[in-house]
Amino acid sequence: MNEHVRKTEFSASRRSVLLGGGALVVSFSLGGSPDTVLAQDARPAKSVAKDEVDAFLAVDSNGAITVYSGKVDLGTGVPTALAQIVADELDVPLTAIKMITGDTALTPDQGTTSGSFSIQNGGMQLRQAAATARNALLIEAAKLLGASKDGLIVIEGKVSAKSGGKSLTYAELIGGRQFALKLDAAAPTKNPAAFKLVGQSITRPDIAEKTTGRFTYMQDFRVPGMLHGRIVHPPAFGAKLESVNDESIRTIPGIVKVVRDGDFLGVVAESEWAAIKGARQIKASWSKAETLPEQAKLWDYVRATKVAKDEVTSNVGDTAAALAGAGKKLSATYDFAIHTHGSIGPSCAIAEFKDGVLTSWSASQATHALRRQLAEMFAMPVDKIRCIYVEGSGCYGRNGHEDAAAEAALMAQAVGKPVRVQWMRADEHGWDPKGPPTLIDLRASLDAAGNVTAWESEFFMPQGGPPGSVVALLPAALAGMPTSQQMSPGGVTGNSAIPYKFPNVKTVCHRLESTPFRPSWIRAPGRLQNVHANESFMDELAAAAGADPLEFRLKYFDPAETRGREILDRLAALAKWEKRPSPQRGNTGNIARGRGITYVKYELVRTYIGAVAEVEVDRTSGDIKVMRFFIVHDCGQIINPDGVKAQIEGNVIQTVSRTLLEELAFDRSMVTSLDWASYPILTFPKIPEIVIELIDRPTEKPWGAGEPTASVVPSAISNAVFDATGVRMRSVPYTPDKVKTALRGA
Amino acid sequence: MPVSQTLNVNGKTVAINIDDADMPLLYALRNDLGLHGPRFGCGLGQCGACTVHIDGAAVRSCVMPLSALGDKAKIVTLEGLGTPERPHPVQKAFIDAQAAQCGYCINGMIMQSAAFLTAHKNPSEADIKNALANNLCRCGTHARIVRAVKNAASA
Repeated sequence: MNEHVRKTEFSASRRSVLLGGGALVVSFSLGGSPDTVLAQDARPAKSVAKDEVDAFLAVDSNGAITVYSGKVDLGTGVPTALAQIVADELDVPLTAIKMITGDTALTPDQGTTSGSFSIQNGGMQLRQAAATARNALLIEAAKLLGASKDGLIVIEGKVSAKSGGKSLTYAELIGGRQFALKLDAAAPTKNPAAFKLVGQSITRPDIAEKTTGRFTYMQDFRVPGMLHGRIVHPPAFGAKLESVNDESIRTIPGIVKVVRDGDFLGVVAESEWAAIKGARQIKASWSKAETLPEQAKLWDYVRATKVAKDEVTSNVGDTAAALAGAGKKLSATYDFAIHTHGSIGPSCAIAEFKDGVLTSWSASQATHALRRQLAEMFAMPVDKIRCIYVEGSGCYGRNGHEDAAAEAALMAQAVGKPVRVQWMRADEHGWDPKGPPTLIDLRASLDAAGNVTAWESEFFMPQGGPPGSVVALLPAALAGMPTSQQMSPGGVTGNSAIPYKFPNVKTVCHRLESTPFRPSWIRAPGRLQNVHANESFMDELAAAAGADPLEFRLKYFDPAETRGREILDRLAALAKWEKRPSPQRGNTGNIARGRGITYVKYELVRTYIGAVAEVEVDRTSGDIKVMRFFIVHDCGQIINPDGVKAQIEGNVIQTVSRTLLEELAFDRSMVTSLDWASYPILTFPKIPEIVIELIDRPTEKPWGAGEPTASVVPSAISNAVFDATGVRMRSVPYTPDKVKTALRGA
Repeated sequence: MPVSQTLNVNGKTVAINIDDADMPLLYALRNDLGLHGPRFGCGLGQCGACTVHIDGAAVRSCVMPLSALGDKAKIVTLEGLGTPERPHPVQKAFIDAQAAQCGYCINGMIMQSAAFLTAHKNPSEADIKNALANNLCRCGTHARIVRAVKNAASA
């Protein structure tokens, strides 16, 4: 049996034992007064409270340690890194650690797994829980061993006096019992100099299973008595379901039920193939709907959309006066196409209603939030719903998993049996929420000496709810069931302000009242689009000043920004950066080669990245080939260097794809890029070489690495294309047609 | 009426009951035989996640109807190639290179590469990239995959 399934079953049985046999639990606690112990007894045994050690950690009677993480594996391998953090903090071998992730009955709500926060926030909560636990264990051991706490040493989960003598295992100290402790922010964490596992490229245990077919993805997961469902999504956004002919699929063996609720239509069948055929063949009529703008006029549409509010993200000096004054003026508009998530495996979920409890298995990146959404949708108390994470195909933001989970629940309720829903490719490309279109205007002025005197930018991006906002559930909206409808494009204002000191700066985000497609976050949402514009425009200014683009950036750094300076210094050495202005001279051949540099301090508060792209532009075909990317990356303390490198590689390749190729196609009714032929992504022959230099800072905080590198990719390419050809690409994707048009205009 | 069809999968002859000979092989492998290696990605033969070997050739099982399989067709899936304990050289190379992020596409990468390496003993990096040109990966694991296949070729 697969490890993942074993874990899930273990969790379920553990839960039932704990709930059914409260007397077994909390007969002893570390650091808890008798009152605390009684309070522990009076509530469900497995804490999921984010301020309690038991929410994160359990030690069983054999000394095996279960780590409960609200942050899940979206394909990054982050549970391995989280286990490294905990094992190191507790001084136990990695093999002693079992990870349980994303189960609302068992794991704390650490928020959505997104934004490169799994280690930065989730991992640090785990570290503090482990440090609190270790401290309590040492206090207890000191008492039992008659030694001073400071004189104790822990080796592989065994506590003894440094001077030797009797030892106590964690199992003996706490095995099978609860800690009953609040997380102690003051509990001492390990001195980084003593790390044994943190900082090591520990191998991911899941990869051997994934490469041999032993792993169970959500798409493989099955429950007994389960039926298969497929959804008939409307042929147009906003289309109304007028009629359905159930008879039209009666001849397909194994059809169980046609589920219709408002504009929601699905087919449940005994076999997956029957469900697919049923959904394909059912005769239904829909009203015509044309809610989308004309694709050719998308940017006019965005510019004309009503602004709900303005957010000024930086305002220094008086840009209006500076831009009205003397000097050289530059202005440019950048845009970034609508993207789909494009997970290789489509969204999938299973749901079961049993004895008044809804159990939902899905690859949701936010099971606690999904639980609240399902409670709203079905008007159920939240404690009657359990959402369990089962790892799916790679997830780069809020795709269709939550929608599939809600669809499975809707159909499971209708048939009274567990139902598995998996989207078809067209569902995924058509109905996943999209990365919204983003339009950015920039203006700047330079004095006669080439110094930047003013920088002004306006970003046109959808408004969004507060942090933690969710995307409305698709079937709830179709069926007219309750689902909160605030727009949630993600943290799209990040990096709209700039890391350079100019005398006059104003950056304003116009938060638009609406956007054509249901928006959500896709890897580095907003920051990708914003850094694209800012760092490309910075390059335009460097060219206008006749300056080397790297030196031009350094010139405007805050003198205190030593880590940023180190990034660019090391990048110059790594990429063998030749100091000269762009574009380069004498580049007249059909194949034009160039290099471009970019810098980001992610959200201006964390991970630093410098990138150099090397490109070849075919002037005849307009084809851009990215040959090489050099990346210098500082995310502070590195937990697993190979894991960080894998994320950087993935960010570069995925974002080269987004930059060169990707653009949602649509007519007035619906997405028309419904497969991989109409929405192509980068393939092997076009992948760049990637050269990475990691800066490890073991004594600093660990920051995220899952998405920041995405943000440097488009501008590095734009700047390299400019260096090669003297033409500026400002509209993602940089298709051959756009390149040829730009070259003709040059 | 369901009819019985025999398949030779991973060296074993198995019988499944089918009511539609047009059903793609993928569904038989996953649902009737409980295999996890071949995966549904697109159902259109565009991404490669469903790749299996039929008589040694890499085939997209999501668009291969059961009716098109000859009686003697020998089907091998990722599970038939090797196990974590006894991995095939290509599987071992992928594990050694940690050449998976989410790993959903990896079945196709390994099956395509294994078939390719059987016919091409000393491929260049460009050969490998061309051989995998119709296999899609969204996480951006390509660089490691190429490295793994290269290592497997020279192992």
